[in-house]
Amino acid sequence: MRASVHLLDAVVVANGFPLISGTTLTIEQGTVNVIKGANGAGKTSLLQLIGGLLPLSNGEGNVAGIDLSRNDRREVRRHVGWLGHEGSFYEDLTVRENLTFACEALSINPELIRSALERVELNHRIDTRAKDLSAGQRRRVGIAWLLLRRPEIWLLDEPYASVDSAGREFLENIIGDAAKAGATVILSSHDDLKLGKQKFRTITMAGGRVMSGS
Amino acid sequence: MMTELSRRALGPLSLLLLALTFWLGYFVTPPDQVQGDLVRLLYIHPAMAWVALYVSFGTATVASAMYLWPRTRSDALDRIAHSAMEVSVFFIALTLITGSIWGRPTWGVWWAWDARLTSTAILGVFALGYLALRRANDDREVRARRSAVFAILTAINVPIIHFSVIWWKTLHQGASVFTSNRTLKVHGSMAFTLLLSFVAFTLTFFWFLRIRYRIEVARDHQSHRKLVSSIEQRRNEVPAS
Amino acid sequence: MIRTAKLVARKDLRIELRSRVLAWQVLPFGVMALLLCGLALGPNAAGRSHAGPGLFYIVVTLMALLMINRSQAIESNKGTKASVATLGLDPAGVFLGKAAALTLEMWFASGVLLVGTVLFLHVDRAKTLVATPSIAVTIAALSLAGTLYGALTSSQNSTVTLLPILALPAFAPLLIAGERSYSAEVYGGGSQVWWSLLLIALVAYTSIGVLLYGVMEES
Repeated sequence: MRASVHLLDAVVVANGFPLISGTTLTIEQGTVNVIKGANGAGKTSLLQLIGGLLPLSNGEGNVAGIDLSRNDRREVRRHVGWLGHEGSFYEDLTVRENLTFACEALSINPELIRSALERVELNHRIDTRAKDLSAGQRRRVGIAWLLLRRPEIWLLDEPYASVDSAGREFLENIIGDAAKAGATVILSSHDDLKLGKQKFRTITMAGGRVMSGS
Repeated sequence: MMTELSRRALGPLSLLLLALTFWLGYFVTPPDQVQGDLVRLLYIHPAMAWVALYVSFGTATVASAMYLWPRTRSDALDRIAHSAMEVSVFFIALTLITGSIWGRPTWGVWWAWDARLTSTAILGVFALGYLALRRANDDREVRARRSAVFAILTAINVPIIHFSVIWWKTLHQGASVFTSNRTLKVHGSMAFTLLLSFVAFTLTFFWFLRIRYRIEVARDHQSHRKLVSSIEQRRNEVPAS
Repeated sequence: MIRTAKLVARKDLRIELRSRVLAWQVLPFGVMALLLCGLALGPNAAGRSHAGPGLFYIVVTLMALLMINRSQAIESNKGTKASVATLGLDPAGVFLGKAAALTLEMWFASGVLLVGTVLFLHVDRAKTLVATPSIAVTIAALSLAGTLYGALTSSQNSTVTLLPILALPAFAPLLIAGERSYSAEVYGGGSQVWWSLLLIALVAYTSIGVLLYGVMEES
């Protein structure tokens, strides 16, 4: 199986602070990976490094065949989809406008928006402004975008935070489908996860590095 | 060996040439027929302006452009740009102060809305803005990239300043050293002192630049040591169980 | 690049139409500032002096600073930044799009301000109309420069206070050129040289923005 992500003694420094303090990790394509760790362990930073949202300060890194030390983070970002704690895209635009903007940016057919929103059960809020959505609904918009985009690597930052049991099940299905389709899923969580029938690998982090599961 | 010697000689040589300029300008050269003793400012003011507006801004711009070019990017260039801009603030301040001292008896006011004066002050604000931008960024790379872009943007304004002298109705005295057909306007001891002042102040700039650069290197070493120890500290963080 | 520029400009304008920050906050501020300028000049001088074009540009500058901050604030939400970053938009296109949207917004705002300048500061209406092309070019140059300086200060600890100190020195020659050419149309004098300065600035800021916007976005 091809490695989707490979890091060797990777260090990420921001504002003089080592967010990632020298970590080594290999993630294979088409697998589901859960990064576990306490607050401040470096989970989000690791996801951001893999997504090209943070630069590699030292060490080696390769994501989707792109060398991170080449500093071509824009190229890395073309291969990843991001779902953060915060809402995605623009607060003052409606769900439809936000997704249309993203689709047009990547030349994806905007007619697929309806079916993606149906899948995340948000069709009835298509003309609602993003800022008028609840936290859970905003996350569903983000997932709808991932479904439209079908990225090679899915990066989900604490996707289960403040999600009810129905939402959990729904998210599990989506993650399972993505992995079946060949995508690599990497998600962070500060507590133990049970992903139903979905096979997954747990990576434990502390002090800005991978402690086990590397 | 030779390089080290010339580095060590830069400070004493600058001081010697500055002292010589002041001595010649103050005691040896004659007063001007029209301006009297006020002409003695000519031996420091144009040279200060030359260093402030051209040498230091030029150094900062070239270093910034080279920093932005991926093939030549290095931390040393960022340090040079920063140091040059900081030294330029000092020389811009001196240029404005000596200009005001000359302006008071000549124009009757400490400050006039003259094109060159105003433009120099604007460039001074640019230089202060550069330093403010650096202070606003804690991240080394962000700071270096953004301040390099800002230095390039500032460079666009230097020719505007030059042409504004021609375009605006200016009170400023015309070119002091050369005539329009590039021949010297002043002669004898006056010409020598004037040219010496340009050499002395340019050398002084490079001397200051070198001192400032070394301070920056020392700071970088210190923050590197701090970073290494904080990486070690972070690696040893034990999760609360 | 042009496709991205259109996409970004359309998005920024749509956000502006939805939020109405320009209409309900920035424009009333601009009109108030213009009235204050008239009050500062005094009841007799406000109509008689030749200060109208200069005061117009001072207010335009203040409004531009607010609008530049607004234009960058749209992008500064953490979630927005991350999700938009993964779209991999062409930075040159983003720069042109944001600058185009800002130019259109500022053209609209200065149109309203020009009415105020004619009404409150008694600048000749017909001659103001003749000066419109130079005003439009000045505002386009201000918007291009402003987009660049806005990006330089975005996501900083002190964005709001840093922008004026970085942008105002760069605005100064543009404002002088704008004011001189407006005054030349109203009170007489040559404006050719100022036109050339404005056009040079327009080309310089466009080229630098296209080349270097990505550097700032990356950081």
